[in-house]
Amino acid sequence: MNVLVIGLNHKTASIEIREKIAFDGPKLGEAIDIFKTSPEVRENAILSTCNRVEIYAVVEDINSGIEHIKKILSDFHQVPRDFLDKSLYVYAGRKALRHIFRVASSLDSMIVGEPQILGQLKDAFGFALKRKSSGVLLNKLMKKAISVAKRIRTETGIAENAVSISFAAVELSKKIFEDLSTKTFMLIGAGEMAELAARNLISNGVKDVFVTNRTYERAAELAREFDGKVVEFDDFIQELIHTDIVICSTGASTYILIKEQMHSIMKQRKNKPVFIIDISVPRNIDPEINNIDNIYLYDIDDLQGVIDINIEERSREAEKAEGIINIEVDTLLKWYASLSTVPAIVALRDKAEAIRKEELEKTVRKLDGLNEEEIKSIEALTNSIVHKLIHLPTAALKSEIEDKDIMVDIVRRLFDLDTSQGNESGEHGMNHTSHIKRSDERKS
Amino acid sequence: MQLETNILLFELALTFYFIATITGVIVLFKGKKATSRVIIVLAVIGFLFHTTNIIARYVEGGYFPATNLHEAASFFSWCMVILFFLLEYRYKLGLLGSFIMPIVFIFMLSSAMLPREIAPLPVVLKSYWLVIHTALAFLGDAAFAMAFCIGIMYLIQERYVKSKHLSGLFQRLPSLQSLDEINYHLIILGFSLLTLAIITGVIWSNTTWGKPLQGDSKEVWSFMTWLIYALVLYLRMVVGWRGRKAAILSIIGFLVVIFTFFGVNLILEGHTF
Repeated sequence: MNVLVIGLNHKTASIEIREKIAFDGPKLGEAIDIFKTSPEVRENAILSTCNRVEIYAVVEDINSGIEHIKKILSDFHQVPRDFLDKSLYVYAGRKALRHIFRVASSLDSMIVGEPQILGQLKDAFGFALKRKSSGVLLNKLMKKAISVAKRIRTETGIAENAVSISFAAVELSKKIFEDLSTKTFMLIGAGEMAELAARNLISNGVKDVFVTNRTYERAAELAREFDGKVVEFDDFIQELIHTDIVICSTGASTYILIKEQMHSIMKQRKNKPVFIIDISVPRNIDPEINNIDNIYLYDIDDLQGVIDINIEERSREAEKAEGIINIEVDTLLKWYASLSTVPAIVALRDKAEAIRKEELEKTVRKLDGLNEEEIKSIEALTNSIVHKLIHLPTAALKSEIEDKDIMVDIVRRLFDLDTSQGNESGEHGMNHTSHIKRSDERKS
Repeated sequence: MQLETNILLFELALTFYFIATITGVIVLFKGKKATSRVIIVLAVIGFLFHTTNIIARYVEGGYFPATNLHEAASFFSWCMVILFFLLEYRYKLGLLGSFIMPIVFIFMLSSAMLPREIAPLPVVLKSYWLVIHTALAFLGDAAFAMAFCIGIMYLIQERYVKSKHLSGLFQRLPSLQSLDEINYHLIILGFSLLTLAIITGVIWSNTTWGKPLQGDSKEVWSFMTWLIYALVLYLRMVVGWRGRKAAILSIIGFLVVIFTFFGVNLILEGHTF
């Protein structure tokens, strides 16, 4: 059994190709069922987002598995093979696990640390679970991928520091004002980015919202949406006396607010701080205003500068995350190794033998004065009972059945042969590493 | 023998404050959230030795140990450390230790270099007024020291936000609003304590010597300090000097406090003791 990842993403394929390969709507279920019924593929799940399409599969043989999956892909989407091959990447074994962990932790995303991908991955595996196309291996892998992603999120700073204009605006507001719920916000003008930033600020709980626009109807419309009040465009400067955060985005070709006006506003505000974000191009607010005490004025380039620094910071944190992923891949590989039959059989025998010896000793100690012959026959009795008892499960494990790994998992749980993460004793741990080596060789 | 133990306790406190200071500086330049907790742990250890030292000295001398410059500097450090703990507990500022511990250490070091002998206390000074008056005065000064540190933190953070280069300490420093508010509260606290210290001083002087003022330069400079902080509060509440200007005022105010503390005693003539 081998874990495979076959897929493409924003780095390897253009949007045109990604659109062609995407499994949207009913296609997803159909494709999963095709993979499920194919003899080569034992388990499968499909992740399909606008930035990536990936097939996760457990196959018996790597090469024929890859070949088979690629063929299904090309048939399903009716795209030529060589066209597919240019964009597809293929990972097997250790590299496959590492890739899935990196995807889940959003290290492979366009923006490192973005939170959506984990939810999308959860949905993808949830769907596979519902369709019963995933099994022991993929289910375990999914759980692990989610926990690794969460661990990385808390232990590294990959998701800290805003990397979009609207979040940078919120983050800065929180560094200027401790508590947004006592602050008043005004949106001057409109525009996609300005409205997004406004929505973010409002969802962070500003107290009052004012909207102003040269066109009154537009202002009224936005005010309804934001549950705010309309301010006449001619009065907005006066209203700044009661406004703490301003986002400005109008089509004006000159400054609509100049230093002198802001000076007098600050006097009337008794110097209470104001944060002004001017995302209009050309700028609508006199940049000189930033020189007034307690006013912080950011234009679109300033915010972009903030974001650039944050992106650098995130990529530094991403290096730490790679370290965590390597460790977690190792623990998962150990668990996979424990699923192969041989160590399970050995563990079962060892356990039975240990119980037999312990009980035998107890009995012999109790029955004082037994001669050697009698002891021998008791020993023979225990031996044959134990052997007969474990013969059946052992035989079942050895037989070439379809869902052998499920069986191994069940036997391990029934007989408490637990050797998975964390609690191995030294000897078992050693055993496992040797198995990993073996299975790795087999995989590569 | 007792004196030796006392000196040992003092040196131990000094050492731990020193390590805390060094850690604080390291944390400032390359640290994480976790490492700033180390400063607090080190300061707590130093503080325990320090408290024992002060109590031991109280027992040995039989009077509240804040009557010569060595004792005063030591007790002032103690007040700053305890206020530091309170602020950290209340606001979780994280980086505050990096700013306050160097000041604590400098005062402890000056205390260490000043003559330590326990001189017999004039009978007139043996009074509960001594404890109340000096404790109020020193706690007030300690609050000004905190306002000084918070003021510096504010100026650094304000520099980041104004210059739009949000790297370095920006993420780890608190918001401008909370720094400004804490600074304000500390000045109100310090001012109230100083006012009470002056009132108790006047009452004490009046009941003991029959005159409300001794007319020494410490009194003059303490009153100057009081006037400066009264002005700070006036500018803030009435004129609306907040943010950067308020932070600068709190820094200037503390420089006057330090001068009142050392300068007056060393350069000009001393206070009653």
